[in-house]
Amino acid sequence: MAEVLKVENLSVSFYTPGGEVQAVRNVSFSLERGEVLAIVGESGCGKSVLCRSIMGLLPRTARVKSGSITAGDLEITGCRERELCRLRGKLFSMVFQDPMTALDPTMTIGEQIAEAVRVHRRELTGTALRQRVAELMALVGIDRPEERMGLYPHSFSGGMRQRSVLAIALAGDPAILFADEPTTALDVTIQAQILDLLRDIQQKLGTATVFVTHDLGVVARAADRVAVMYAGKIVETGAVEEIFYDPRHPYTWGLLRSLPALSRGREELYTIPGMPPTLLNPPRGDAFACRNPYALAIDYEEEPPMFRITDTHFAATWLLDERAPRIDPPVGGGDCG
Amino acid sequence: MGEEILLDVRGLTHLFPLTKKTAVRAVDGVSFQLRRGEIFGLVGESGSGKSTVARCVMNIYRPSGGQVFYKGIDTCDPRAFRINRRMLQSTRQIIFQDSSSSLNQRMKVCDIIAEPMRIQHVVPPRGSLRAEAAFQMRYVGLDASYLDKYPPELSGGQRQRVAIARALAMEPELLVADEPIASLDVSIQAQIVNLFKHLQREHGFTFLFIAHDLAMVEFLCDRVGVMYRGRLVELAPTAELYTNPQHPYTRALLSAIPIPDPRRERERRLVPFREEDFPLEGELTEVGPRHFVLHERRRDA
Repeated sequence: MAEVLKVENLSVSFYTPGGEVQAVRNVSFSLERGEVLAIVGESGCGKSVLCRSIMGLLPRTARVKSGSITAGDLEITGCRERELCRLRGKLFSMVFQDPMTALDPTMTIGEQIAEAVRVHRRELTGTALRQRVAELMALVGIDRPEERMGLYPHSFSGGMRQRSVLAIALAGDPAILFADEPTTALDVTIQAQILDLLRDIQQKLGTATVFVTHDLGVVARAADRVAVMYAGKIVETGAVEEIFYDPRHPYTWGLLRSLPALSRGREELYTIPGMPPTLLNPPRGDAFACRNPYALAIDYEEEPPMFRITDTHFAATWLLDERAPRIDPPVGGGDCG
Repeated sequence: MGEEILLDVRGLTHLFPLTKKTAVRAVDGVSFQLRRGEIFGLVGESGSGKSTVARCVMNIYRPSGGQVFYKGIDTCDPRAFRINRRMLQSTRQIIFQDSSSSLNQRMKVCDIIAEPMRIQHVVPPRGSLRAEAAFQMRYVGLDASYLDKYPPELSGGQRQRVAIARALAMEPELLVADEPIASLDVSIQAQIVNLFKHLQREHGFTFLFIAHDLAMVEFLCDRVGVMYRGRLVELAPTAELYTNPQHPYTRALLSAIPIPDPRRERERRLVPFREEDFPLEGELTEVGPRHFVLHERRRDA
């Protein structure tokens, strides 16, 4: 499969009055054509910053410190704003968390989608433009698009709004779609529908999707590959089956165990003790060590490298070192629910 | 769980006027009872009227129809409310969904937590209001060093704990929580739900918990009511509802809970719910022990 995106050793920092906040630390991953990659982590772990730095949407206080981002054979890190502007929508586009703030309340849905279409295809006007808009609306599963084009966002339900946002994102036929918590603001029933839709579109159009979420539960449905992020780093990455059936990093264990489906019949839900560290001064060694019940002495001294488990499965924990004691993982094996 | 009925909602109806002639029936004839010490979950999709029920119960909205009895007092009757105002305001507390907008950004955490006590002129049992706030914070698992911080300096989970501490400062008998965990991370959700469970055991307050996440509700609640389009369509003890759902909407909702298992999750089919197939007119009928389902009213009856 062809690689559409490659991120190597990317570090992004925010320069605040309190000092340098290292939001993304030395992250590498690649994305293949037609693949859905889920980036999972708690809020503040840098997953949204990672997406925005690829899109070139970082605020002024943030800077890409080092590393490279290549899409196809194009190096993005060196691009000027004008070049990036041309890439956005065509090479990659983004779906944001809250559809109500992403849409303009004073424009009809049809106009908003048409606006996005026109940016990429100037020549489309009149009926051809309307047709393209209707086509996009049908693609994202909005019935009777001709009638609904003239409606304003406030008369749409949350799920319909998110579909409209998706239609706008797909207007330029992007090669990569970033979805930043696309289902968090939605109900459970709608959530499953949107996840199916994302998967559907990815199969129809071959769009590679980066799916950012804090909920491992929704990952099982939508993703091919999973990257677990903690404190600005990817701590485990692998195919979705590997992450769910054979997780290796204690943080992944913690995330999986805190899902209510795995605590069924128990008195208490499992929670990961403690709080994520501040990235102002990341602790020495493994950032997860102080919350990790399986932490080894070396975790406080030295950062673990990425250990290879299979060709697709990697995890950064000293437990995988050959000198580490054997520990039976508390989750995995798929015996849940 | 006692036998005393603390909260009795009878035929609650609430309309939001759209124009002079039309109105949205946000809540339509909802009746349920909460026994003392019970955790009652109210679930449904957004727009089903669960928050409106909570707000009517808390006298934030005045219902268009029906009655809400709290300890036998009709709280919707202005005269009865006036007479019992102090008791009603201090023994019932609400926690809102979005703590970033429900907490005053310009007040320090200790003032936020102590404010209800100040308003009700409660003599702080631990000396000062500040000491009281510090105690409540420790109780909900926050460090006392946060006392002089402002809400925007805290994370979502910490802010929600402040909102809980504020509600508990009055030692309420009825606590209403309107989607208190919906805006939090999954791992933080688990912490807050554990905290609720723990606090409820210690305090024994009666708890009306509103959510759309059925997995968390199953874990926390004793009894669950399912709302759809302003109607209560099913009402049952938690175990009964999850193993033996009767109303098609409940089945659709339950089928939407994600399973953390890729193979089974991919095979999972959503049970569709088509509204036109299931008329919402009807009455709650008992189908099992304490299990009620909305049934179509028979024409011949």
